[in-house]
Amino acid sequence: MAFAAFGSSAAPVEQAPRRRSWVAVILLLPGLAYLALFFLTPFISLILTSLQTPVEFGDVGQFQQAFKIENYAQVVGEYWPHFLRAFGYALAATFFALVISYPLAYFIGVKARRWPLLQALMLTLVIAPFFISFLLRTLAWKSLMADETPLVQGLKALSIIPSDGHLTGTAFSVIFGLTYNFIPFMTLPLYTTLERLDTRYLEAGSDLYAAPATTFWKVTVPLSMPGIVSGTLLTFIPASGDYINASASFLGSAQTQMVGNVIETNFLGLLNYPAAAALSVILMAVILLIVGIYVRRSGTEDLL
Amino acid sequence: MAEGAFAEAGADLELVGIHKRFPGFTAIEDLDLRIPAGSFFALLGPSGCGKTTTLRLVAGLEQPTSGRILIGGKDVTDVKSFKRPVNTVFQSYALFPHMTVLENVAFGLRRRGIPDPLGKAHEALRLVELDHLSARRPAQLSGGQQQRVALARAVVNRPALLLLDEPLGALDLKLRRQMQLELKSIQTDVGLTFLHVTHDPEEALTMADTVAVMNKGKIEQMGAPEELYELPKTAFVANFLGQSNLFTGPVVSSKGDSIIVDIAGVKVEVPSARAQRHTDEVTIGVRPEKLMLHTEAPRKAAGVNVLGPGRVTDVSFSGVSTQYQIAIPGLGLVTVFAQNMVFGPVVNVGAEAWVAWTVDHGFGLADEPEHAPKFAADTDTATIALQTRHELLAEIEEA
Ligand SMILES: Nc1ncnc2c1ncn2[C@@H]1O[C@H](COP(=O)(O)OP(=O)(O)OP(=O)(O)O)[C@@H](O)[C@H]1O
Ligand SMILES: [Mg+2]
Repeated sequence: MAFAAFGSSAAPVEQAPRRRSWVAVILLLPGLAYLALFFLTPFISLILTSLQTPVEFGDVGQFQQAFKIENYAQVVGEYWPHFLRAFGYALAATFFALVISYPLAYFIGVKARRWPLLQALMLTLVIAPFFISFLLRTLAWKSLMADETPLVQGLKALSIIPSDGHLTGTAFSVIFGLTYNFIPFMTLPLYTTLERLDTRYLEAGSDLYAAPATTFWKVTVPLSMPGIVSGTLLTFIPASGDYINASASFLGSAQTQMVGNVIETNFLGLLNYPAAAALSVILMAVILLIVGIYVRRSGTEDLL
Repeated sequence: MAEGAFAEAGADLELVGIHKRFPGFTAIEDLDLRIPAGSFFALLGPSGCGKTTTLRLVAGLEQPTSGRILIGGKDVTDVKSFKRPVNTVFQSYALFPHMTVLENVAFGLRRRGIPDPLGKAHEALRLVELDHLSARRPAQLSGGQQQRVALARAVVNRPALLLLDEPLGALDLKLRRQMQLELKSIQTDVGLTFLHVTHDPEEALTMADTVAVMNKGKIEQMGAPEELYELPKTAFVANFLGQSNLFTGPVVSSKGDSIIVDIAGVKVEVPSARAQRHTDEVTIGVRPEKLMLHTEAPRKAAGVNVLGPGRVTDVSFSGVSTQYQIAIPGLGLVTVFAQNMVFGPVVNVGAEAWVAWTVDHGFGLADEPEHAPKFAADTDTATIALQTRHELLAEIEEA
């Protein structure tokens, strides 16, 4: 009796998840195959390349497989300022993008709720730059900030920049370009969380003696944390690997080179594939580490 | 309110000529209200009549279209909500989802710099019997528990004026009674002013010093609970606060201090002082528990109104009392509540019966009779049900 009861009740419990997991595996298969083909394979190839050593008496760009771990020490020793610059610029750009995007997203998502047409229009304007290649847009900024423009002349006249100074090729213009290019990636996730923000919580804050600024910091910001986290990640990760804005042909100069630029130079210019590969692996590892710590610290797990 | 200290006493609230229009909808129409400091005021009314809107206006979450709001004699119409000495228990609770229960309750205390916010928050949570859940998030609580946290979060601030928007709606009867007692004792201990919105007439009658019945953005009647119950002035109040038997007929004469109304050929007497209108067609009423049920024609006596004979169409036993429905020709159904002084009902369905009541218990309403509900259809629920059934069958056959 007891055994029969036990058996019949235990069997379905075991079966249900197994059946579901088969469906899950089938549904996951295309994704897994894609990842194996286009992420795992290149990644392994990247790691192997980073450990290669030059062929003896060979041509420039001829390498053979080895286990030359010194490659890593060598690129870190040579290019650590570029790493620092990359993360510094990316951090600054993320900060400015957040400061600019938050009020914008708040306006579209909360204040403009009563006018859906205005909401749609403003969202379109946020996305509109995507319709033009970002290389062109960055080049346009280069000419807007060129030395002979009224803008730079004016700033010189006001002694805000010295008379022999420039706007392009400086840390300012690189951070400006990064901020400009990544603002939509910040605004859109912020908008999606703020759009769902229940304004009754803000009323409750106000009812409990919190001034608007206090309600903002104590209620609005914590409740929009998921948007802040995804927005900053979507900005910081691509910005720290970016090699367009900081390149000398766009808004940067030799003094503003980021890690992305030296990877490009090593790969396309110097044909030093192992160095480029080692730099890429380090960049990836550091970003992973930073993101991991950040997501932990921001405590968004229990908000989602 | 002073920074870092609780209100020493309640403040009185005065609403002067308040109108509130939403685009295309008038929610509050010419509301005048005075709630004395330290009193328990209940606002009662059907869904959508403007109770929450009234509270939001007082809390400063909504601006009146016209009119003034005074708290403690000070005009606060243009004062921002966070500067008003008012706290609200929201109908939707609005507990902060990213904070623990404890932090929710301590929120207002922290903003005002009250010493020992956590200790006081624990104390408030003990009051609503939820201290053991203080570390949880609101999403991990049941609806009734969330409601009690909302109550604690507002009460802990000891505001001069506390606004409660159906604060006990999600609680079971026992807990509800207990919370009613707690609320009443907090209110009397500190002498705070409570503005309590409810749709439970019994709650309003038992807890409040003053009850106001609201309908379609207007206050229909306001007064002490007994007064409101014993002397309703409109058909709406007569039926919203408990049940009433209403009859309509012309005033035929007035003798001394009472008027005589012709109800389907029977002369019924109502004290003039308890009647709002003294001429033409009027609607008069009497509470079901004020009616005496007779199985024989009662002797004519001064000071007693008699209607009947009629037939008992329904007897329903409800423990303390029994409810009888009596169909009186020309009048329709009359409801009688009788205390169960003996075991079982006094009369059975189909019996002949008369109803009688003391003249002093009748009341006359202010409504124009065409607006007042009349007992036109001389049919009981069973007949209506049968008719509906026939109609349904006919419809099915047609299809
Ligand atoms: N922001 C608004 N815009 C338009 N109409 C509104 C708005 N807020 C409330 N109303 C309307 O005003 C009327 C009164 O609403 P209110 O919330 O005060 O009702 P209530 O008496 O609290 O009802 P309930 O008992 O269901 O809570 C309702 O008909 C409602 O539809
Ligand atoms: Mg309401």
